[in-house]
Amino acid sequence: MPIEILMPALSPTMEEGNLAKWLKNEGDKVVAGDVIAEIETDKATMEVEAVDEGTIGKILIAAGTEGVKVNTPIAVLLEEGESADDVGKASKSATSSDEPDQTADAAGGKDKQATEEPSAKKDGASVPAAPKAEIAADPDIPAGTEMVPTTVREALRDAMAEEMRRDENVFIMGEEVAEYQGAYKITQGLLQEFGARRVVDTPITEHGFAGVGVGAAMAGLKPIVEFMTFNFAMQAIDHLVNSAAKTLYMAGGQMGAPIVFRGPNGAAARVGAQHSQCYAAWYGHIPGLKVVMPYTAADAKGLLKAAIRDPNPVVFLENEILYGQTFDVPKMDDFVLPIGKARVHKTGKDATIVSFGIGMTYAVKAAEELAGEGIDVEIIDLRTIRPIDLDTVVESVKKTNRLVTVEEGFPQSSVGEHVASQVMQRAFDHLDAPIITVAGKDVPMPYAANLEKLALPSVAEVVEAVKAVTYKA
Amino acid sequence: MATAARKSGGAASARGGAKAPARKASAVANTPAFTKDEELFAYREMLLIRRFEEKSGQMYGMGLIGGFCHLYIGQEAVVVGMQMASKTGDQVITGYRDHGHMLVTGMDPKGVLAELTGRRGGYSKGKGGSMHMFSKEKEFYGGHGIVGAQVSLGTGIAFANRYRGSDQVCLTYFGDGAANQGQVYESFNMAALWKLPSIYIIENNRYAMGTSVARASAQTDFSQRGASFNIPGIQVDGMDVRAVKAAGDMAVEWARAGNGPMILEMQTYRYRGHSMSDPAKYRSKDEVQKMRSEHDPIEQVKARLIEKKWASEDELKAIDKEVREIVADSAEFAQNDPEPDASELYTDILL
Repeated sequence: MPIEILMPALSPTMEEGNLAKWLKNEGDKVVAGDVIAEIETDKATMEVEAVDEGTIGKILIAAGTEGVKVNTPIAVLLEEGESADDVGKASKSATSSDEPDQTADAAGGKDKQATEEPSAKKDGASVPAAPKAEIAADPDIPAGTEMVPTTVREALRDAMAEEMRRDENVFIMGEEVAEYQGAYKITQGLLQEFGARRVVDTPITEHGFAGVGVGAAMAGLKPIVEFMTFNFAMQAIDHLVNSAAKTLYMAGGQMGAPIVFRGPNGAAARVGAQHSQCYAAWYGHIPGLKVVMPYTAADAKGLLKAAIRDPNPVVFLENEILYGQTFDVPKMDDFVLPIGKARVHKTGKDATIVSFGIGMTYAVKAAEELAGEGIDVEIIDLRTIRPIDLDTVVESVKKTNRLVTVEEGFPQSSVGEHVASQVMQRAFDHLDAPIITVAGKDVPMPYAANLEKLALPSVAEVVEAVKAVTYKA
Repeated sequence: MATAARKSGGAASARGGAKAPARKASAVANTPAFTKDEELFAYREMLLIRRFEEKSGQMYGMGLIGGFCHLYIGQEAVVVGMQMASKTGDQVITGYRDHGHMLVTGMDPKGVLAELTGRRGGYSKGKGGSMHMFSKEKEFYGGHGIVGAQVSLGTGIAFANRYRGSDQVCLTYFGDGAANQGQVYESFNMAALWKLPSIYIIENNRYAMGTSVARASAQTDFSQRGASFNIPGIQVDGMDVRAVKAAGDMAVEWARAGNGPMILEMQTYRYRGHSMSDPAKYRSKDEVQKMRSEHDPIEQVKARLIEKKWASEDELKAIDKEVREIVADSAEFAQNDPEPDASELYTDILL
């Protein structure tokens, strides 16, 4: 049967083009790959190649015709043994009822598409609701469990050691993690216990080793990739976002990247602009990632163990200043906490402070100060930035009717702004005051001690914010 | 044209690389002959890719395939020869010009084409598209849209092989354009340092999108791009499937034996534009036509099959017919399979 040659789409957005020139005439033989015509699009002049072998039986659209819609038949190709008399029998497409001399009309905009429009364009109205994941509560800590004062540093190390004992596929790689025992001594002792095969010193090559980690995860291992600081992960961010976070979706669920990226995040002390920024909001933006940012040692341990076991890529944001701080950690065989669950750090009735990571230090001190002035603050430690536990926040706001968020990161598009926007949408009627978001200042981190202090949030700012939302200022 | 020059001078030559044994290089200095079965196998595999890609181009023109679509036409000998050199269990990873790589790993053409049309029967349920497809079953690790990213990822897959003590080798493909990305060299360094079973196949098709190798690369001998890391590399006539297989055999043996990575520069050529929307004005029609008429990887095999009387024109036509039917069936499926259910919008984001 004769084959209709259709006006091709030659770019993702092309809807019509000009048939500039025919390079073959009626009666010419063509084989696959022969250039038969030239088409002008808004971007370029493109060649149209024959896909099938045969003879040009009839040219339907004359050279020089402008605005030919994609999928309009432009010629008829005769196969072996067919003659010009067969032209009319060409396999019909939706537009093939047009007579050749009418196609200029189609080109004029009668909008006859041969192919079906993707259904999405027809019924764009029914976007399915995002599913709501059920996240378990924290495990019960049995009465009488011994609480061991532990630094965040030790808690992180213990979490990795326990998981490496538990699962042979877990290994750690990064700069100075092995021989040097960790730039911040988080991996102390791991090389001695697990050997160089599982505790891998890398060259200074963040982009490369992040990719190597993701590849190993795609192949079924469970890497922990330590960044000496998350500032250096900027060189590797493509692998976190494009390779790790999206693979499961792009693979239709066939393969993903069970990997943990961890290391210190945010400002340390006097290290200047390039070493001092918080990535909570950056990674919190990306579907396909989990983002954890603990404050206490117990959360650091329980959540890092959960992160290592998690089949998804997890960005685990630590803080250098918190590494040396001591908190009680329950002495349990297997202390694992749920990712995606906020923790009520302190109950209160007058106002809610939502914070996470080192931001909690401001919240806790501010709450103590405010208590002295008779203001009873509830503090929620988000612990996880993604998936974010807004239910716990909304419940608290329903009780206190006032909300202040606290974080060290930059103010625009911050985690606090996301929380504020969501609370406004979900609990507007419960709010008795505008939400205040306390964050780092909108400046690169300065080096000078006095300026650095000004750039970070302060306890005084948090106190002031709580007084403002409670109208006690 | 380097490829042509090398055809008479030998299929491959090894240079550089402290441990690149000259002995091994000479083993493929003369293009080894294929057996009849090998010739027929290569012919059919290459033809399947050619016909599949022609159909993809056609369907793109009809608006059935959206977005970006990069065709592999002209480069078929590279993946077919390498696949003939590898064994079951070896992994494959590549960039966005990936349809051929998927077909040679044994992925179902129906599933691949249905992914191109964004349908639920596609390998990624229609959510990945031409550039992002995977098959755990066939050890195909994508299909990556970020130029060069697959090189670090492939190195990581090789890392996993070594970690597990398996004898698997990862074939990591990338182009002459990707070869200028920084992470490629970061990966080379680690692969050489840790002796990872990683074969880097640089598909030098002479143009990174519209920029010729000479305009983009200070060192145009890509086989030497691992020299700083003592990674041996050879240039291969990537239009000759026999030369590709011979080089692949050597590299696979090298990597599987624990010697670390090897680089194979495949000198090849893409007939079509970079993507479907590329008018390809950066090269002459004569250049393309010369490659097609004088170096076509499929025609080369066909000519040998006829010359040696291993197959008649009719027998080859029968193979062509069979391949066309597979592609036609795939196209039929890819056009009629429904789009993914709206509920798939929110699946496969997290496990």
